[in-house]
Amino acid sequence: MSANAHGPAEALKGLVRRQYFWGIVAIALLLLVNLVKDPGYLAVTIGSSGNLVGNVIDILRAAAPIVLIAVGMCLVVATGGIDLSVGSVMVVAGAVSMEFLSGAPDTLGSGLAAVGLVIAVSAALGAVNGVLVSVVGLQPFISTLVIMLAGRGLAKVITGGQNTAATNESFRWIANGHVLGLPVVFLLALLLAVAMGILVRRSALGLMLEAIGMDAKAARLAGVNRRALLLTVYVLAGVLAGLAGVFATASVMTVDVSRTGYQLELDAILAVVIGGTSLAGGKFNITGAVVGAILIATLDKTVVFLGVSSSATPAFKAVVIVVLCLLQSERVRRAFRQRRAAAARPAEREAVAA
Amino acid sequence: MPESLPIVEMVGISIAFPGVKALDGVGLRLFPGEVHTLMGENGAGKSTLIKALTGVYKIDDGEIRIAGEPRRLGGTADAQHAGISTVYQEVNLCANLTIGENVMLGHEVRGAAGINWRATHRAAGATLAKLGLGHLDPRRPLATLPLALQQLVAISRSMVAECKVLILDEPTSSLDANEVEQLFTVIRGLRDQGVAILFVSHFLDQVYAISDRLTVLRNGRFEGEYRTSELERAQLIAKMIGKDLAVLKSLDAKESRRVRTDEAPLYAATGLGRKGAVEAVDIELHRGEVVGLAGLLGSGRTELARLIYGADRPDTGEVAVDGEPTEITTPAKALAHRIAFSSENRRDEGIVRDLTVRENLVLAVQARRGWARPLPRREQDAIVAKYVSALGVRPADPERPVRLLSGGNQQKVLLGRWLATDPEILILDEPTRGIDVGAKAEIQEYVADLADDGLAVLFISSEIEEVVRQSDRIVVLKDHRKIAELEGGPGVSAESIVTVIAEDGLGDPSADTAVREEATT
Repeated sequence: MSANAHGPAEALKGLVRRQYFWGIVAIALLLLVNLVKDPGYLAVTIGSSGNLVGNVIDILRAAAPIVLIAVGMCLVVATGGIDLSVGSVMVVAGAVSMEFLSGAPDTLGSGLAAVGLVIAVSAALGAVNGVLVSVVGLQPFISTLVIMLAGRGLAKVITGGQNTAATNESFRWIANGHVLGLPVVFLLALLLAVAMGILVRRSALGLMLEAIGMDAKAARLAGVNRRALLLTVYVLAGVLAGLAGVFATASVMTVDVSRTGYQLELDAILAVVIGGTSLAGGKFNITGAVVGAILIATLDKTVVFLGVSSSATPAFKAVVIVVLCLLQSERVRRAFRQRRAAAARPAEREAVAA
Repeated sequence: MPESLPIVEMVGISIAFPGVKALDGVGLRLFPGEVHTLMGENGAGKSTLIKALTGVYKIDDGEIRIAGEPRRLGGTADAQHAGISTVYQEVNLCANLTIGENVMLGHEVRGAAGINWRATHRAAGATLAKLGLGHLDPRRPLATLPLALQQLVAISRSMVAECKVLILDEPTSSLDANEVEQLFTVIRGLRDQGVAILFVSHFLDQVYAISDRLTVLRNGRFEGEYRTSELERAQLIAKMIGKDLAVLKSLDAKESRRVRTDEAPLYAATGLGRKGAVEAVDIELHRGEVVGLAGLLGSGRTELARLIYGADRPDTGEVAVDGEPTEITTPAKALAHRIAFSSENRRDEGIVRDLTVRENLVLAVQARRGWARPLPRREQDAIVAKYVSALGVRPADPERPVRLLSGGNQQKVLLGRWLATDPEILILDEPTRGIDVGAKAEIQEYVADLADDGLAVLFISSEIEEVVRQSDRIVVLKDHRKIAELEGGPGVSAESIVTVIAEDGLGDPSADTAVREEATT
């Protein structure tokens, strides 16, 4: 936004300076690893129905729900808060839509109604978070932890403890349909992310959120309506999580009350951090959060593809993320720069090696 | 009173914190059977000195002698062992224990089978009775007592430890007049038993009512030790703020006054107050006029400004802006009424450090418009161009994070932010604190120009001369009350304001002689 690129070279330079640059590098590296294992990994073919098929497409499809919750999380984190409830809002959304659709006719109308219902319910859950944080003044961690625990319970109550399944072609299309050969879910997620980006940067919402996150007292004295803004942000995060829940359940048309959205709040937080937004609040980067979300999806798929045993999966993920965070850390980068500078002085050769 | 040997003698105490010298060669003597008051403005080093005496801070230089022997106090336990007890401003007791348990905590009477509670409570009762608190039942929970009595229980607690020196750090700040009198009775009783008492308070009346001796600190330095009966109030204030009385007198009062252009006040508050911050104050602000708030630090200046702006919610009072009754309970409402407030706490409540100069300048304007109606970039640039040049912000780079600017330039950005909201009332709390002389003069000049342009300005500064120079009318505050309102003019100077503060509460408005007489008798 700030650096106006005057050519591809400058644009590239600007990109390298961004924190999420390392996220993009990590995605490329992971794909490279997969490519080494299977030279045909990146192949995208046109399937029987004219749609693009391939591992990359699968990754994009899997990234869609993470992109949505990461964008919502990004805004909440910018205010200096955190939303632990996104995964639980996803499962509530799934439960609500499946319960509704299991008793509704298989029409476009009921599909739309299900989405509308999800938006209403998830907005309400987000509003509860928002009220607890902004009006009651509880810490965001505690408020959203409450909804995180209560949400999964609520989902079980809604479905009666069952993993409810339903059939609705139009609802299913959201997850499994294709437009221009690309999966609808990913296009929708991208569209929503872009729309949110435009909303926050073209309006003054971004500036206000950053001001709150950087210095809540100063922002209040400047007349920033912290209460209303926090409420707005938590509602937005809730709605985005609800839609992510639709994405996650529509592909299989079943809500798994104990697994849908499980621990996805952690993926969302990681995506936000990888994207260069500090958990301390303040400056945020939605593009970075999207990159982070795609990286997490790539990582998940890579783990499966490499056949890492499921018990070792979290450890593998942790290693990749720790390395990435180290690369992004200002301190580590400075240390590297200093070493490089020190090495450059005695001999040019060593500088190249460093 | 015979000059006996001091029980505590602190000599040449210096303590440095990273970047500041909190105490620089300060001395303090406490005598048995005397109440000694430590005076000084906020930040003068009173608390630091107390913490040095109670072993909380290690002294870098100097010596503490207790009963004539040099002592190293390595911690609060050492100090207690040496017979020094402290009662802090906030009562440090366990509300869920009984009165007796609180008094005897750590000194329970032990028998063969553990603590003998009956004997413990009996001992507690005896200690309380010594302080004239025999009517309290030691078996009742402490929480049932009002705060003032809890304070007295805290004092009783320190008496159990056979204390020879009792430090009372602002014990009266949350007490009403009767409770203060009750506390003073106890203090006098202890004094007569030979305890050396160190008393800290911001309330001049109380200081003169209770203390025998004063030590004045200023900016971490020792200003002097005096017999209370030999130091006039005006002299005391002059020493606290570090200006000679003669100098205060010689400072020129402002010559030309602005003529009030409107009859009805732009802003009028009656009985505006908030518990614990400001007692009901009446204040009027007029267009084209600078009103100054004068008073010592901690007198309620900032608190009053915050009430007017709605930064704190007033408990009482009626407010009318432009004749229309209204309620200002949040900063957003104040801004809607075109009131702007620049906080004294520039770092934490003023600028947003990580935003750019441009973003800081437009923040308040944007907040008033709401997030949904963004200020077009062209208008932002116009605001930035206008105030960066009008206020002389250097460097004039709007995209630079404001934290990289010097204090004076940050202050200018902040002033620009409020001016950009096109206010009718501008409240400036310490706008010139901690900035260099050049920037200070620029800001002072700009404030005067603003009033000439028809703004109502409320100007606060801890430098009384500055208030006098800037203001057309001066509201004087003391102990969270408004005590006087002076029309500016040749008759008003820093010295006359100090006199007003000093004489308040003496009951006799007839000037210096009365003070002297009362003080010497």
